[in-house]
Amino acid sequence: MSLSSSAVWLIIVLVGAGTYLLRFSFIYLFGKIELPDSFTRALRFVPAAVLAALVAPALFVVPEATSWLTPRLVAAGVAVLVAWRTKSVLLTLLTGMGILWTLHALGWN
Amino acid sequence: MFKTVAKPMLYSQALLTKTKAMHTPRAALFSGFQATLPLLLGIIPFGLIYGVSAAQTGLSTEATIGMSVLVFAGASQLAILQLLSEQAAVPVIIATGLIINLRFAMYSASIAPFFQDLPLRKRAGLAYVLTDQAYALAVHPFADNPTLRRAAYFVGAAVPFWLTWQVVSLIGFFVGTSVPAHWHLDFAIPLTFIALLVPAIKDRSTAVAAIVGAALAVGAAPLPYNLGLMLAALMGIGAGIVTEHRFLRSASPQ
Repeated sequence: MSLSSSAVWLIIVLVGAGTYLLRFSFIYLFGKIELPDSFTRALRFVPAAVLAALVAPALFVVPEATSWLTPRLVAAGVAVLVAWRTKSVLLTLLTGMGILWTLHALGWN
Repeated sequence: MFKTVAKPMLYSQALLTKTKAMHTPRAALFSGFQATLPLLLGIIPFGLIYGVSAAQTGLSTEATIGMSVLVFAGASQLAILQLLSEQAAVPVIIATGLIINLRFAMYSASIAPFFQDLPLRKRAGLAYVLTDQAYALAVHPFADNPTLRRAAYFVGAAVPFWLTWQVVSLIGFFVGTSVPAHWHLDFAIPLTFIALLVPAIKDRSTAVAAIVGAALAVGAAPLPYNLGLMLAALMGIGAGIVTEHRFLRSASPQ
């Protein structure tokens, strides 16, 4: 990470302050402001869109790989199934890491 | 982010029908605490991953704990770490963190009516510990039981969560400083996101939002300062809204 310590703290403080304001927003404003409908509608899609946008490049944009099929992609595929079936963060983590390590141990990097 | 909500909600409702003396703050505090206990185990792996990743990203001890105290929101903390290690631009990191945390405004709006009679200072304190889990645990008891002492219940449900998160972040951090890089523990972050993403895809429009977000993030990856991420997220949200609108339109007879 090449960012200076002060840049990191700037991020922490601003995201922290912003997040607190989001948490306090209506608890403070109750009765004074109405949530616009469009906001509530858009909010529903934030987790799906943002999480997918964060995950996909980590899996599909691999500079040194010779093909798009990598051990990480396989491990992630299984993790998706585990997450779907069990809804458990722990099991997803263990399965995903386990498969990755196994593939690495078998010589596939 | 709403994982394992059903069980604790049923559990706390069962508790409500059993306990009659919910009108005392102490009973409410205890009840909130009991409701949150099963969920504490669930955030341990999450917090450990955060701590370990923070160490591996090169954060100082103070910054690691600072983020857990000041931001106190796991998914955004992990996203910040991932973007830091990808050398993303500072404004993009801040914007991404805030966008992921927008849902807290929704919880705020939903729970605000129940806190309206409390003094401002108490409300300010309660807002600080508002999390997915605290919200999910409180909203039904608040609605179903008018004599419940809400601030006490909320403190009982939310504060143990806060404490666990700080402790586990710190433990993860110290473990993380001694983990060798070839263990590839950085893969734990996308895995955690997958675990959060899958339950977030509930219907066709959320699926479209995810697919568009993913496709654009990959396509726009070459853009500088990680702008591709922001573009992908916004387009994904837009695609979701459009799909929902189209779907509703075609469903209603004209």
